[in-house]
Amino acid sequence: MGKTIAEKILSNKSGQNAYANDIVVADVDFRMGQDGTSPLAIRAFEAMNGERVYHPESAAFVIDHSAPSPLEGVSALHALMRQFSKENNMILYDIGEGVCHQLLPEKGHVGPGSLVIGADSHTCTYGALNAFATGVGSTDLAAALISGKMWFKVPETIKFVCHGTLPAGVYSKDLILFLISQVTADGATYMAAEYTGEAIQALSVEARFTISNMAIEMGAKVGLMEADDKVMEWVCAHSNNKFEPVNSDPDAEYAAIKEYDVSQLDPYVAKPHRVDNGVPVGEVAGTPIQQAVLGTCTNGRLEDLTIAARILKGRKIHPDVRFIVAPASRQVYLKAMETGVLKTLVEAGAAVVTPGCGPCVGTHNGVPSDGENVISTANRNFKGRMANNKAFIYLASPATVAASAVKGEITDPREFI
Amino acid sequence: MELRGKAHCFGDDVNTDYIISGKYKFKTLDMKELAKHVMEDLDPDFARKVQPGDFVVAGRNFGCGSSREQAPLALLNAGVGAVLAQSFARIFYRNAINTGLPVVVCDTSLIESGDELVVDLEKGLLQNLTKGKEIPIKPLPPVMLKILSDGGLAAHFRKYGTFHL
Ligand code: SF4
Repeated sequence: MGKTIAEKILSNKSGQNAYANDIVVADVDFRMGQDGTSPLAIRAFEAMNGERVYHPESAAFVIDHSAPSPLEGVSALHALMRQFSKENNMILYDIGEGVCHQLLPEKGHVGPGSLVIGADSHTCTYGALNAFATGVGSTDLAAALISGKMWFKVPETIKFVCHGTLPAGVYSKDLILFLISQVTADGATYMAAEYTGEAIQALSVEARFTISNMAIEMGAKVGLMEADDKVMEWVCAHSNNKFEPVNSDPDAEYAAIKEYDVSQLDPYVAKPHRVDNGVPVGEVAGTPIQQAVLGTCTNGRLEDLTIAARILKGRKIHPDVRFIVAPASRQVYLKAMETGVLKTLVEAGAAVVTPGCGPCVGTHNGVPSDGENVISTANRNFKGRMANNKAFIYLASPATVAASAVKGEITDPREFI
Repeated sequence: MELRGKAHCFGDDVNTDYIISGKYKFKTLDMKELAKHVMEDLDPDFARKVQPGDFVVAGRNFGCGSSREQAPLALLNAGVGAVLAQSFARIFYRNAINTGLPVVVCDTSLIESGDELVVDLEKGLLQNLTKGKEIPIKPLPPVMLKILSDGGLAAHFRKYGTFHL
């Protein structure tokens, strides 16, 4: 019987002929923790009587969520991570290097066919590179640091086939917000999502990351894509490692196949306080906003900043809006400087913060006030997500965020292109 | 394993930001401190009301959102004896078992806040003493039962040094 991408990767890595719902113990190619989860993983490592990290060259800690540290308590946790990674010869990406999910692909740690775990729920981002990459908790990370292994239930797969061509002004962020609104926040729980079809193939690799990144927002364990020429080229440019791409068999079994024609799709906005609360931008256009955020592991890449800059060129953001930009990594930051994109953003009125998570998770860098509306390129709009449970977060594409920042209200970006 | 306590009911899609907000969890490894803020965006009084052994009872997709293990740990440290829900998000479900917090999948529609419940994990049965109803529970996968009965994944690793499932 044919296999899905998920079944193939977990079979390869466990040495078992595995199908959906089998339990396997598999070899993990790369392990990652960030500053919200690694300190607890270190505690768990100690509680497990762990002595050393297995293959430390394929394990990284990233200090990105509260970076640089805004508080004494956080500083102590960062110090713990630095000490542990040094003692164990692990890779450490310290403050300013970028968001974990940008760094792992950018630094060449992940690629087609690999099995990756990260103690962060958006680890599914690397599915765009055809990697089985999934989020785990701190104790699972500790177990994988000690043993190099992890147990998995092989997921069933739900396949999303996106036909047609996305219209001008409509991006991969709009597409994934639309798909999540269709299947809901738990529509793919425990399952692998596979995204395919001409609309996906037409996207750049950077744009594809946005879709895989948000697979978890429909409950999925991984958000997988095929490794086409674009992926192989991207991976070769970022890594010297050898990777084995894995495609699904034509006779693979799917839990469901969902087909959409996206040729008429509008820009999408997820209303507070649910990611699956997506509507065409027209339904919320005119809603006043006080803060606009461009960045995060969902949309903080060079392409995203460039799209926003195109709209902001020669314009100023609305006087009632604070516009916060967090490049996803130092490399993105530098490239945005070289291309002039950063200059355009700053001239328009952006407050640029350290590469990393920025204000996404309410640790620092722009906590909204009571009753304020925020429009953000992030992936979550839960109540209290940005550290104020009386604020309202709308999720949208970089283009919609930029257009809204200019007008001071939620705006269809097609007015500017 | 028999568990006994009162129900505290919540709705669908209780995410990890609601269980313990990011603004607290990044600051400390002191779970007792985090436990003071557990569920506060949904019910500011929860941490004060909850008695040792009480149950958090919810609808679908409990624990969706981030991978923060502080979520089950804050619940455990607040005294919560188990979480009962119609379904759980995947990472939370794993984290709960790994840290030793029992999670029970069952029909929670017949439970109201304040109901006295008894859960027998081995027999797979939940009794609502207040309503005089018995509710079947979905058994844990054997791998997870093994980890939970070893006392969580850390204890499992202390015992075997690696995965022994
Ligand atoms: S940018 Fe936001 S969603 Fe992404 S890893 Fe950081 S906190 Fe999580």
